[in-house]
Amino acid sequence: MQKSFEILDHTADIGIIAYGTDIKQLFSNAALALFSLITELESINEKLHFKLQVRSQDRDSLLVEWLNELIYLFDAKHVLIRRCDIEDLGYDELKATCHGEAFDPRKHEIKRGIKAATYHMLKLDRNDGGYRAQVILDI
Amino acid sequence: MARWQGQLIKLDEYRWRIPQDYKKGMRVPGLIYASEHMLESMREEQTPEQVANVAFLPGILGYSLAMPDIHWGYGFPIGGVAATNIKDGVVSPGGVGYDINCGVRLLRTDLGEAEVRPRIRELVDELFLNVPSGLGSEGKIRVNQKEMERLLVEGARWAVKRGLGSEEDLDVTEERGCLAGADPGKITDKATKRGTPQAGTLGSGNHFLEVQVVKEIFDPHVAGILGITEIGQVLVLIHTGSRGFGHQVCTDHLRVMEQAISKYGINLPDRQLACAPIESPEGRDYLAAMACAANYAWANRQCIAHWVRESFSRIFGESPDRLGMRQVYDVAHNIAKIEEHTVDGRNIRVCVHRKGATRSFPAGHKDIPECYKEVGQPVLVPGDMGRRSFIAVGTQKAMSESFGSTCHGAGRMLSRGAAKRSIKGADVIRQLEDRGITVKTGSVFDLAEEASQAYKDVTEVVDVVNQAGISRKVAMAVPMGVIKG
Repeated sequence: MQKSFEILDHTADIGIIAYGTDIKQLFSNAALALFSLITELESINEKLHFKLQVRSQDRDSLLVEWLNELIYLFDAKHVLIRRCDIEDLGYDELKATCHGEAFDPRKHEIKRGIKAATYHMLKLDRNDGGYRAQVILDI
Repeated sequence: MARWQGQLIKLDEYRWRIPQDYKKGMRVPGLIYASEHMLESMREEQTPEQVANVAFLPGILGYSLAMPDIHWGYGFPIGGVAATNIKDGVVSPGGVGYDINCGVRLLRTDLGEAEVRPRIRELVDELFLNVPSGLGSEGKIRVNQKEMERLLVEGARWAVKRGLGSEEDLDVTEERGCLAGADPGKITDKATKRGTPQAGTLGSGNHFLEVQVVKEIFDPHVAGILGITEIGQVLVLIHTGSRGFGHQVCTDHLRVMEQAISKYGINLPDRQLACAPIESPEGRDYLAAMACAANYAWANRQCIAHWVRESFSRIFGESPDRLGMRQVYDVAHNIAKIEEHTVDGRNIRVCVHRKGATRSFPAGHKDIPECYKEVGQPVLVPGDMGRRSFIAVGTQKAMSESFGSTCHGAGRMLSRGAAKRSIKGADVIRQLEDRGITVKTGSVFDLAEEASQAYKDVTEVVDVVNQAGISRKVAMAVPMGVIKG
């Protein structure tokens, strides 16, 4: 089975590389990569279910915007996400249902905070096996 | 990453130029402050390429500058300085960074090491309790929408008005803790939601609070004017910024700038350098929002300084005044400021982007407090957590050469992953305690990411800027207690 994501190590920041057989899976895996940096994914239960909609100007920016939306959710609303179903994904808009739970300090060890997803060295490519994307995060 | 192969022309022992013809599209050459020894790691990290990329910004003046603590950033390098002409130049949120007005505030005390060391554990615990820190931490102050707007416009003064600190603190804060032009109307709902609960919190990551001891005084006269009078004197350093509020302001405006680059036909080698003309709606909006974030950070450090004083007062049974807990200074490390500088013999207004750099104004400058007019603006350079920090002052050379800027800290050397592979959080605590440093942290996990091994030695950084003359070192202090979120 193809791996779903990897963590890219950089001097000042951290990046994620997400894979997907299709573009929806790629976006979904990028979300998991992000939350794996914040806490252990296994520690997150699927108790909350909610819909998200993100718009941007193109596909690459949409990936950055998507991750920034999730960073905002965690920082402002303290929501941790375990799984995302990307229901609709166009060139500049996506609709998803996310599953996760509220941060509980007794249960979730927070590894680090993430300030933002950046456009720096942003890559989203199609290869024979599907899609691959790289996003650098500011932490 | 491949090693950077470009040309670096040696100007003297501490200055290296990237010629303007290194890359087509550079509008000015690059200038890196570094010792020869530092260059190799810069090449390995490709940071000179980022210095060259910044030289593409429309309206950039003089040089694309890099301080010796430069390290790889997103778009702009961290430790980068770029001044743009406000008439035809641009402002770039990437040239400020996500943590807008991340900065440091230094308090002095009349206490000596001998009085504090026996009670350091108690003091550190008290500080940890009294200063909200860590991820997801919420402030002790409750701010509603209306109050938040006031905080964003007034900055540190907002806290002083609520009894957290005094007018004298404002006198010794860059911009008196309030950047003009802040407009809460330019702030998104998201930034407000992210920032409101975090007001008055230290945060996590590389942010910390240190109880320090003066170890060396290089210039007793200047140090005396700053209130640093003897070896063994206890100081407190507060290092934090604008928290999730600033991060969201940067994210929101980068999105706008992304579209602005095509609108204004700006050609850039890296999307993260996205920018807009200063005199455009996008540019003005960013500066108005950035000022809000800068003010948020100053209010934040003002609140924390007050709780630090309270904590000392509780432990030592005297009022903060009796303990001599005066503020030495407060500087921004990530900011864009409209300042007057002399370029080609003419005084012009420029937008100085300092991303991981410190303002370094000389003696006599109109924008520094009366009490420091004779010696220059204090420059506060924290090292990595647990090593050493420097106090310096600004110089005339900085005005003529680096748009009144100097270095800001140690500069990362190891990636977070590499730091973590080489050392565990628990071992970091042990190592620090072996060196007589008491640590209290909310997260052992990211402690390893901030271990000393991950950073360049700040001594070397400060020596380079000292030798190059863009700031002059005054004193050095080492930590005795560290609180990290």
